[in-house]
Amino acid sequence: MIQWFETAWSGLPPALQTTVTITLQIVAILVPLILSVAYLTYAERKIIGYIQNRIGPNRVGFKGLLQPFADVLKLLVKEIVVPAKASKFLFITAPILSIVPALATWAVIPVSPQFVLADINAGVLYVLALTSLGVYGIILAGWASNSKYALLGAMRSAAQIVAYEIAMGFALVGVLMAGGSLNLGAIIEAQSGSALHWFWLPLLPLFMIYFISGVAETNRAPFDVAEGESEIVAGFHVEYSGMAFAVFFLAEYANMILIAALTTSFFFGGWLSPFQSWPVIGDTFLGQSSFFWFALKLSFFLFCFLWFRATFPRYRYDQIMRLGWKVFIPVTIVWLMVEGLLVLFRVGPWFD
Amino acid sequence: MIESAIFYTFGAVLLGAGIGVITARNPVHSAMFLVLAFVTSAFIWMLLEAEFLAIVLVLVYVGAVMVLFLFVVMMLDVKIEQARAGFTRYAPLGIAVVLFIVAMLGIVVWDRTQEMNFLQAPARAAADYSNTEALGELLYTQYVYPFELAAVILLVAIVAAIALTMRRRPGLKVQDVGRQVVVRREDRVRLVNIESEKGE
Repeated sequence: MIQWFETAWSGLPPALQTTVTITLQIVAILVPLILSVAYLTYAERKIIGYIQNRIGPNRVGFKGLLQPFADVLKLLVKEIVVPAKASKFLFITAPILSIVPALATWAVIPVSPQFVLADINAGVLYVLALTSLGVYGIILAGWASNSKYALLGAMRSAAQIVAYEIAMGFALVGVLMAGGSLNLGAIIEAQSGSALHWFWLPLLPLFMIYFISGVAETNRAPFDVAEGESEIVAGFHVEYSGMAFAVFFLAEYANMILIAALTTSFFFGGWLSPFQSWPVIGDTFLGQSSFFWFALKLSFFLFCFLWFRATFPRYRYDQIMRLGWKVFIPVTIVWLMVEGLLVLFRVGPWFD
Repeated sequence: MIESAIFYTFGAVLLGAGIGVITARNPVHSAMFLVLAFVTSAFIWMLLEAEFLAIVLVLVYVGAVMVLFLFVVMMLDVKIEQARAGFTRYAPLGIAVVLFIVAMLGIVVWDRTQEMNFLQAPARAAADYSNTEALGELLYTQYVYPFELAAVILLVAIVAAIALTMRRRPGLKVQDVGRQVVVRREDRVRLVNIESEKGE
């Protein structure tokens, strides 16, 4: 049987072999990603439930573990209602435009020391370019729905995302200066040493700004004015139902996982182990860099997303704008200057 | 083979999108066609191994400029009929401008086709060649003064734009966040102990 597969495989033309390999790799990234999205929704409801002294979903399956599938099934069988006078093509395209960048960005993220789908030189630029495309889904959804609430949500979201993207971009400039490369793998390698060598320490203000901007960028609480339920019903996706709504939902959670993965890679050493150069423990399997550490750090940041949602009240819209433009951008610029000095004087252990 | 197939496919999409920009009835659809045009030209640049420029085209034009464009276009209530009304009036001027541009391009191509070398593709760069690094090195060494000059001109434009849009109306009430934050309870609330009425 194995023999047969081997002969069949080597019989294929090389170009086809590459295509099949890459397709399988994409599946190997996407299937766990979508499963994590499903269980992230479950984790969110459970965690926020416990924070609010409730139990959360516990009826479907053992401890409610099948709840995400029940939700998906419910959304699948619901009707997609296209509002009258809506721009039908854009109405259907909008959810797709918001999910595609969230998934496509995973191509350059090194999930383990051995595996990254596309090890390209301009990785960080690719990430920036793709994450900046996600806003189209929201704007077009808001406009194409032909609804005032949706349009208001889209406008808020567009202004917010444009504002916070600048702060995020500046924070990444700091990462580039410290890592000396645009390749994500190389940036992670540059942080090797121990937990103190990771970039969170020399770039602490940039890390905080990056993560907070990430929360704002994904339209999560406390920055979720784009869908502020108490003001504009559900914002940009108020007219969406069924699977079209589910795709927006999926995109939001996939973006959260993406921001958590990027924060991990840029500031917390990606797949590097925190015990790397420790005397005894560093020699055991705990000192090895592996996917395990990446997943652990990523989960921590995802938990932070849920934690913020449960504990912070929603920002007022003008305060969000003020925070983005008048606080974050100046802070990043000042810290880039400081970092320039650190690099110039080779302050160790990061820049020597 | 595959490369030329990709080139012609994206070239066709690019042309179609370009035509879509000027023929779409709805300004938002026009803007989306323009986005499509930017993205496909980024792909074509990618074929030329200009990956830095390609990604920055998407990042800057699609990710920022067009978002603001859409933002404005959606807020405007553009009357299509009104916009179309002047079409025949302005058509001669438009056609003249297009002919002029085509003529200029034609002269350049005609002039250059005497020496065909520039039409040949440059040699392929090695896999570890970083386009971004090469550009950065040139910009910060050989072209550092033009680069800085361009930056200063952009800064002037930003300052001008802000200065033009900053208006201070008299009597406008603005929130001062600093003052909002330093406020203490004692400044705003006065607790009064009112004797309750006793006995009737």
